[in-house]
Amino acid sequence: MYVATKGGEAAIEGSHALIAEERRGDPSVPELEVDQVREQLGRAVDRVMTEGSLYDPDLAALAIKQAQGDMVEAIFLLRAFRTTLPRFGAAAPVDTAKMTIRRRISAAFKDLPGGQVLGPTYDYTHRLLDFTLAATGRPAPEAPEAEPTDAQMPRVSDILGAEGLMQPETPPENPSEPFDLSRDPMSFPADRDQRLQNLFRGDEGFVLALGYATQRGYGRNHPFAGEIRMGLVEVEFTPEELGFSIAIGEMEVTECQMINQFQGAKGVRPMFTRGYGLAFGQSERKTMAMALVDRALRADEFGEDRAHPPQDEEFVLSHSDNVEAAGFVSHLKLPHYVDFQSELNMLRGMRAAAEAAERQPEAAE
Amino acid sequence: MNATAGSGEAFLSVDGSYNFAYLDEQTKRMIRRTLLKAIAIPGYQAPFGGREMPMAYGWGTGGIQVTASIIGMDDVLKVIDQGADDTTNAVSIRRFFRRVAGVQATEETADATIIQTRHRIPELPLTEDQILVYQVPMPEPLRRLEPREAETRKMHAYAEYGLMHVKLYEDIARHGEITATYDYPVEVNARYVMAPSPIPKFDNPKMQMMPALQLFGAGREKRIYAVPPYTQVKSLDFDDHPFKTQVFADPCGLCGAEGVFLDEVILDDKGDRMFVCSDSDHCRGRREAGHVGPRAAAAAALGYPDSEGDEA
Repeated sequence: MYVATKGGEAAIEGSHALIAEERRGDPSVPELEVDQVREQLGRAVDRVMTEGSLYDPDLAALAIKQAQGDMVEAIFLLRAFRTTLPRFGAAAPVDTAKMTIRRRISAAFKDLPGGQVLGPTYDYTHRLLDFTLAATGRPAPEAPEAEPTDAQMPRVSDILGAEGLMQPETPPENPSEPFDLSRDPMSFPADRDQRLQNLFRGDEGFVLALGYATQRGYGRNHPFAGEIRMGLVEVEFTPEELGFSIAIGEMEVTECQMINQFQGAKGVRPMFTRGYGLAFGQSERKTMAMALVDRALRADEFGEDRAHPPQDEEFVLSHSDNVEAAGFVSHLKLPHYVDFQSELNMLRGMRAAAEAAERQPEAAE
Repeated sequence: MNATAGSGEAFLSVDGSYNFAYLDEQTKRMIRRTLLKAIAIPGYQAPFGGREMPMAYGWGTGGIQVTASIIGMDDVLKVIDQGADDTTNAVSIRRFFRRVAGVQATEETADATIIQTRHRIPELPLTEDQILVYQVPMPEPLRRLEPREAETRKMHAYAEYGLMHVKLYEDIARHGEITATYDYPVEVNARYVMAPSPIPKFDNPKMQMMPALQLFGAGREKRIYAVPPYTQVKSLDFDDHPFKTQVFADPCGLCGAEGVFLDEVILDDKGDRMFVCSDSDHCRGRREAGHVGPRAAAAAALGYPDSEGDEA
């Protein structure tokens, strides 16, 4: 009976023991190693790093193992670890023009300086289950050696920008430290740094659905995949005591720049505008969706109507975070019996009053 | 302050792996600054850089951050959920503080210096030596009327609360009474309209001129607000429809208490039920003092209240 809603220490510890046992699964099957997750479930690791906003493939792999592959739970674990880390400063903006390219495509131009580089992608695979993967112990497959990519690989947005066709993105005059969502609460209206951080950390499914909605007419913004590039970038940091910047590491990132039509407005010539997407690792779907939503949220900037949810800043930014969303939805599991009792009392009172009112006219007749 | 204070070692968690009370000292300072601001402007929702906590949003992260920022080694902590110390999440939060702060915990309201609560104010009147920390899911009382933060902040700035009064009026026009039964909006210090968190409106009058400091933490929404001791807290109403609290027909089945908030306990599948104190400490105290409720014998036969207490 009532005892079921109460949980002492013993119940909680028992529950933890159960998940530990379930996590391990059948003990006759070898235990999953964190290295295996990192090396062989790389796209899951990329997503957890991106939405967990911490570039650490080992910890992301550990989180995935600990969460039994539950991505939102793994993201939560990584975030809760990240929050305890000291913040020693902001790195210099990563220069994606200097990326060591592994993949680079443009849907806007047939050919362009540096060429199209397909790289690893599922795009042209046939989605047929490969039953040979069910067997283990096969020799490791090898990809053919390729020519090193051209060092000169200018970004498509820069090529268009040189012609004045692209709306320029000028850095702020007094560059201050970028907004940090993990230290400061969201504020509205949001500046672009805050918005892009939010979308970067935002749930891939949520951002994807909103981006998709813009393509179906809910905030249409005529996009072209101007360029998607993926590869390694250097992270540079200027320690105060040194006074000059040093490279502190390399990260794999995917960047998407959408090119969007703009008809021009009073005093502004017609030109292309852009939506921007970036994510850790190989997260192409996420970056494309992010770029669509980023552009949709710039409606005010270009004098467009804000008529649809993807253009509504508060709607999008307040609901994109899956750690927040999952937490608040799951809190409905917590007891609410005090509130429910209050509702119950009122409902009974109102029903009694209604019944009394129904009887009254009968008596009068 | 002695020389070792702040040397780090003195501030470690029980198992040495985290700072005392989990949050780093910089974060605690930031939260304390926000608390001071919130206390200086009673009922105002002060934004703060809420941290990601190892518990889920919506499960008390705001209250936990407030408690973590104010708790000291000499504090005695009580944690309740739905008025009870033995509800799962209260147990979980108490375990957390026992692990990261090693402070003394209690179930007795009178012994606690800090009481973290979800959905209730204890029945025992609180004193000047106590702090009540509320866990808040939705800090914005106007949110259900206006979803946009940019708008609601303006409405608070201009003290433009017409929308709320219209909503309450519409309730009366439609149902003959104001239908909010919990999270019933209050006006603090004759200025800000504030959400008291989802406590039953039964508890609202306890906030009025309370000697204890009341702090409210909303983790997901990243807001902190406060009601200083001895502050006017008025539940919104109309002259011809004055604010009323819930009245229970029966006393507590176990301890016979009247004028307290009661939970309904279903005893069997034939519709038999009894009402018991929502405040488990209050009920236990009364039973120990010899009070016996009308259903005590029948309840004991069914194994209630269960003896599986949680050592604090």
